[in-house]
Amino acid sequence: MAQKAIREADGKRMIARLLKDYTNGKYTIDDTFVTVGPDTDLKKLPATYKWLTKEKLVVKPDQLIKRRGKSKLLLLNATWADVESWIKERMSKPVTVGTVTGILDHFIVEPFVPHNETDEYYLAILSERDGDQILFHHQGGVNVGDIDSKAARMKVPIGTLPAAADIEKQLLSNVPKERRFLIAGFIEGMFKFYADLNYTYLEINPFVVSKDRIIPLDLAAKLDDTAEFVSGKKWGGIKFPSPFGRMLSKEEAYIADLDSKTGASLKLTIINPEGRVWTMVAGGGASVIYADTITDLGFMNEMANYGEYSGDPNEEFTYLYARAILDLMTRKKNPRGKFLLIGGGIANFTDVANTFKGIMRALQEYKEKLKENKVKIYVRRGGPNYKEGLRVMRELGEQLGVPIEVYGPETHMTRIVSMALKGGK
Amino acid sequence: MAGKEYLLFTKDTQSFIYNMQTNAVQRMLDFDYASGRKTPSVAAVINPTGADGFQKFFFGPKEILVPVYKSMKNAASRHKNVDVMINFASFRSAAASTEEAFGIPQIRTIVIIAEGVPERRMRELTAKAKQLNKVIIGPATVGGIVAGAFKIGNTGGTIENIMDSKLNRPGSVGFVSKSGGLSNEAYNIVAQNTDGLYEGIAIGGDRYPGSTLLEHLLRFEKNPEIKMLVCLGEVGGSDEYTIVEALKKKQITKPLVMWVTGTCSKAFKTEVQFGHAGAKAGSDAETADAKNAALKAAGAVVPNSFDDYGEKIGMVYKDLVKKKIIAPRPEPAAIKIPMDYNTAVKAKLVRRPANFISTISDDRGEELIYGNMPISEVFQKDIGIGGVLSILWFKKLLPGYATKFIEMAIMVTADHGPAVSGAHNTIVATRAGKDLISSLVSGMLTIGPRFGGAIDGAAQMFSEAYDSGKTPAQFIEDMKVKGVNIQGIGHLVKSVHNPDMRVTIISSYAKKHFKSTPLLDYAREVEKITTSKRDNLILNVDGCIGICFVDLLRSELTKQEADEYIKMGALNGLFVLGRSIGLIGHYLDQKRLKQGLYRHPWDDIAYMLPEKE
Repeated sequence: MAQKAIREADGKRMIARLLKDYTNGKYTIDDTFVTVGPDTDLKKLPATYKWLTKEKLVVKPDQLIKRRGKSKLLLLNATWADVESWIKERMSKPVTVGTVTGILDHFIVEPFVPHNETDEYYLAILSERDGDQILFHHQGGVNVGDIDSKAARMKVPIGTLPAAADIEKQLLSNVPKERRFLIAGFIEGMFKFYADLNYTYLEINPFVVSKDRIIPLDLAAKLDDTAEFVSGKKWGGIKFPSPFGRMLSKEEAYIADLDSKTGASLKLTIINPEGRVWTMVAGGGASVIYADTITDLGFMNEMANYGEYSGDPNEEFTYLYARAILDLMTRKKNPRGKFLLIGGGIANFTDVANTFKGIMRALQEYKEKLKENKVKIYVRRGGPNYKEGLRVMRELGEQLGVPIEVYGPETHMTRIVSMALKGGK
Repeated sequence: MAGKEYLLFTKDTQSFIYNMQTNAVQRMLDFDYASGRKTPSVAAVINPTGADGFQKFFFGPKEILVPVYKSMKNAASRHKNVDVMINFASFRSAAASTEEAFGIPQIRTIVIIAEGVPERRMRELTAKAKQLNKVIIGPATVGGIVAGAFKIGNTGGTIENIMDSKLNRPGSVGFVSKSGGLSNEAYNIVAQNTDGLYEGIAIGGDRYPGSTLLEHLLRFEKNPEIKMLVCLGEVGGSDEYTIVEALKKKQITKPLVMWVTGTCSKAFKTEVQFGHAGAKAGSDAETADAKNAALKAAGAVVPNSFDDYGEKIGMVYKDLVKKKIIAPRPEPAAIKIPMDYNTAVKAKLVRRPANFISTISDDRGEELIYGNMPISEVFQKDIGIGGVLSILWFKKLLPGYATKFIEMAIMVTADHGPAVSGAHNTIVATRAGKDLISSLVSGMLTIGPRFGGAIDGAAQMFSEAYDSGKTPAQFIEDMKVKGVNIQGIGHLVKSVHNPDMRVTIISSYAKKHFKSTPLLDYAREVEKITTSKRDNLILNVDGCIGICFVDLLRSELTKQEADEYIKMGALNGLFVLGRSIGLIGHYLDQKRLKQGLYRHPWDDIAYMLPEKE
């Protein structure tokens, strides 16, 4: 639950649908934005959206990718036929942007708006603790450059709305006089839209002024998804896409699916399946610290996974979670052996012995594989009934013939990381 | 009320708990008692969906009553000293209830526990709180604690952990973090490496918490009891830079040990959102590495990793002791909290004889169990109502012929028309506007020696006679001498020549399916004699059912068991069960027909009052 990025088409459609309500109907934007997904039938689109075959078009991926123009992920001034083949060439194919590789699967198609560079403006609204900030620059577009130093800024204290006259005064001094009134009204409306719909970030670069109309050409935005119960209806049932390049592996998808079936939390990200250090940590905060410590002690390249279980998952879920990790870590042997860190802080009210039951069942099942892979296990945990939990873990070690070292709250939470990686102290 | 600006909670602070959170309140009171507080830290519970009243809690070994109010205003007017509200409202209503608390001048500190309060709402509340000079802790937090003085809600976990981490008495360390989940761990680290915690606050994991890390550190800076500061920051946001600035401006002068978590984010290729809403690096400055470096440069003690966090804290503490800034104090005697009964049972420390025993059913497990049969098996095996009855009444699943007989008995006794006393009473009660249960019971209460009781009576009389070895003739003679009617013999209209079909059905089923029918055969002999005297002195349906039932029970159970059930009145139960079907039918019938109040006509009553002299 946090700030979540939305697709460009969803943001533009929201503006087209609602901006008129925030400007007394003075600003209207045509809803001419089509999303093409992997299941969209391109052949059928022109029948629904007549303008596709009547106008020149723009097409680009709509997957939270920054600077698409610079990565040649943009086709301008094209016919529908051009657009169709451009999409077909790229759909479901991998592409590398910067250091991240992902599969293209969503595109936005919209009319091409011919304009001069002098018609392009930059607008952003962002949220801070004590208010919001409006950033404006009279030379928007692809080459806007270092906006942080260039933009005119206006601070809007929380709980207030900016007046068009103040916007004009504070932000628009470099805009031709005849356009100031139009743009100020637009920004005034966009701010109301931003605040009322619980946006947390909105950047339109550029929007163009074409006669007496304003058209947003490129948009990036984030919503506060905790406000779903307030603004969800106005958002119109949108979905929040994963960041570009975040493709879940089969195992990650499996854990995500388990996670969705329980009120508890089960998370798994595989960082390096060949890594020798695997973690199974209780608690969101503690899990980050374990991963930190592995990194800080210089073993980032050996870190196989990040994950956590919390919220008191029942025995069956912890068993399935543990089994998934044990399965991953025993697929490929490493002559130097491997480490499994079953870590955690001091629980508030979770019965530690109980949460260990599922993990122990999985360890028993993987007994032989753990031996074959020369896995050494370190346990550290505290909280209700932890002594019993640690005792049964210790016993299990003897029974399995797998080395298990067990520690309680008297040992620093992350000490097992240095014990494992640095041969202890 | 705390007199000093930097003190939010003292040993005298009392709070309101918004929403009924019995566990959290009990945990606070346990802490209070262990800390030697004189008054409980909870003055009242505000329960907006409930009613005014009281709720029982333990304060050490004894029980106390904590007032419950529906209205916050009302609670405030009754408890003028309360200046803290711990708000357990859900994410939907947390903002509204916090705003309501703003309107109550005496409330100075509000803790919001809920996770998922919209950011813009929270920013508005924070700005308003500042105007009103109030402090918000949270949202998305467990709260915080002032050791030995005041504990917010569920902070600190179990009482064992509170004692282990020495939170029952003050130390010299002021701690603040975002994460509430890690606060137990942090308090443990502080306890192991110093003289203990003075105050610990978890501001919550949201991007815009109501109060910031810095605001609490500045409070700690002003508090002369706090000698050193410990802070745990987090990747994302820029809060930690305000601490950097404060260090540079010497607003913070006490030694500060601080670590920012999330240094592992560089191991991830794409943007990662960790558990907290605020824990995401949006720019290089927001990374944990950048923050740790900036803090170190500004003079904070920053460990190399979380692994030596404790050592650094210990190092700073020892230095303060050496400089005589901290003088270690002797450990106070621990005050023992009695263990909760349920915990003791779970730990197998106590036992207690039960006040009740049940041997027929169990609803505690995954499935309801009758006898030893889970409800799913009841349906798989299709044991019918007769089977269920035999398990629950006789603790044994009787064979099919027997359970079928039970069902026949229920069917036959289900109703006997509207004129008999049971149905009549039910009808009169229904027409008087009474509810189903009252009307049913009104009819049921007529069942006894004269109405419906014959099943039981016949079973007892006949089996007694048969068992004592009397011949049918002797039995009849004895009863005649005693002047007692033989139960189960005689019918108003039916006779030898006009047999009761119900009796025919029941007795022929028994003859055909029962293993043996000695008592039925005996009763038939008795009937032969009585009908020779008057032809309506037949074995009636009540007698037939009762007698056959004795035969049935005696062939399926031991004689002793069978006799005991009959003595206990099991056969009366059979009639009551069966007839309830009919009585409910009459109730529904009268309701459906919208029958009005029944008044018995005068001319049907013979008024025979003494005449006036």
